[in-house]
Amino acid sequence: MKTPAEYYQRDRQWHAPALTPEYKTSVSRAPSFPLLSLEQSASEITGPSFRNDDINPGDNDLLHNYATAGESAIGERIILHGRVLDENARPVPHVLVEIWQANAGGRYRHRKDGYLAPIDANFGGCGRTLTDDQGYYVFHTVKPGAYPWRNWVNSWRPAHVHFSVFGTSFSQRLITQCYFEGDPLIARCPIVQTLKDPAAVDQLTAALDMNATIPLDSIAYRFDIVLRGRRATYFENRPEGG
Amino acid sequence: MAQRLDYLKETPSQTAGPYVHIGLAPGAAGFDIYAQELGWDIAGPHAAGERIRVEGLVTDGTGSPVKDVLIEVWQANAAGHYAHPEDPGGTEEGFRGWGRVITDFDTGEWGFDTVKPGPVMGRGGRLMAPHLNLWIVARGINIGLNTRLYFDDEADANAADPVLGLIEWESRRDTLIARREIRDGAPVYRFDIRLQGADETVFFDI
Ligand SMILES: [Fe+3]
Repeated sequence: MKTPAEYYQRDRQWHAPALTPEYKTSVSRAPSFPLLSLEQSASEITGPSFRNDDINPGDNDLLHNYATAGESAIGERIILHGRVLDENARPVPHVLVEIWQANAGGRYRHRKDGYLAPIDANFGGCGRTLTDDQGYYVFHTVKPGAYPWRNWVNSWRPAHVHFSVFGTSFSQRLITQCYFEGDPLIARCPIVQTLKDPAAVDQLTAALDMNATIPLDSIAYRFDIVLRGRRATYFENRPEGG
Repeated sequence: MAQRLDYLKETPSQTAGPYVHIGLAPGAAGFDIYAQELGWDIAGPHAAGERIRVEGLVTDGTGSPVKDVLIEVWQANAAGHYAHPEDPGGTEEGFRGWGRVITDFDTGEWGFDTVKPGPVMGRGGRLMAPHLNLWIVARGINIGLNTRLYFDDEADANAADPVLGLIEWESRRDTLIARREIRDGAPVYRFDIRLQGADETVFFDI
């Protein structure tokens, strides 16, 4: 009997720790015991898959997926695109990518968001797509606005898009946020600063991608996503101690 | 300097924030956008096994309910197989084994309906007791928390489970055991998750 190939362990010093007091909400929600490290079994190596009939083709067009026919969302029109890769730099095809974001004024369409910026009647704020054969995805949307939030009295989130990504195993499940090159609020954000390595912040910052813009229509940002990679070989099972 | 390895780094996680529902459960955020939301039907109509309900509450270090949490579940079917190409066992048509649930905004209570999974073959040919794999995200959680739900009516299997056996403090193993009750003739398992504190749920680095 063989154990399926495992995924590389997560680099917990690259990710944020659970307890990050500058981001105040983490203080009461961070586990105080260390995580128990688990060698992977079928429960971790398998994961859900999604098909084309789970979603609709227009779900990745946030300019129009909630708009009245003939209208579109207000704001700076952007193409947000990239590839989902693994740590071995191989594309991850046919996986579900979901995003959500504030509108161009920094307001979320959510019953709990009471920010004074107005709701855009033509903008829902969510989209989803499956990566193609090469791991590529694309969204059409507006650049979200910065918004204030209650951490310190004068805390502002940089413009960001929330990303939820599936791989092929439940252990690759990831939620993250995409920021935009050049935003001076990135360096001031306590949520961004939960990451200790500046290179980790860079990895969350989408690059202006002039080659992918549509002239006279939309500007483009490139955001590649890397999921955990997998060992190349299957390992013979060893009896475990105990 | 040694040569550079050409591996990429995993994209760092960031909190799901308070508005995770917009992206992953927009109906709950208060608007209707997709023809179908994903993750509401875990087992499908044809799955064998006992139909069960699972309910719980996530509490923080002060004991307060966490009302903006989102939980995903990943499970095997009653025969112990996952709906995944690498599981040779196969699953019933319509069985996805994956679900997504959010809490009631007022109470923090969550719940979902599924079938009870069977034991799953683990490492070294050792069977793992029936369990659900859970992944928990919320505002204030910087990287999703993984845990497992086991069933209190599987005492013998739980006692032999290699993952529960890894938990050094026997008292903490109890944090992963859901309690069965019968409500209106149907089985309901209660599984409260405590993010922090003396009776904190065991979370895994998988
Ligand atoms: Fe946000």
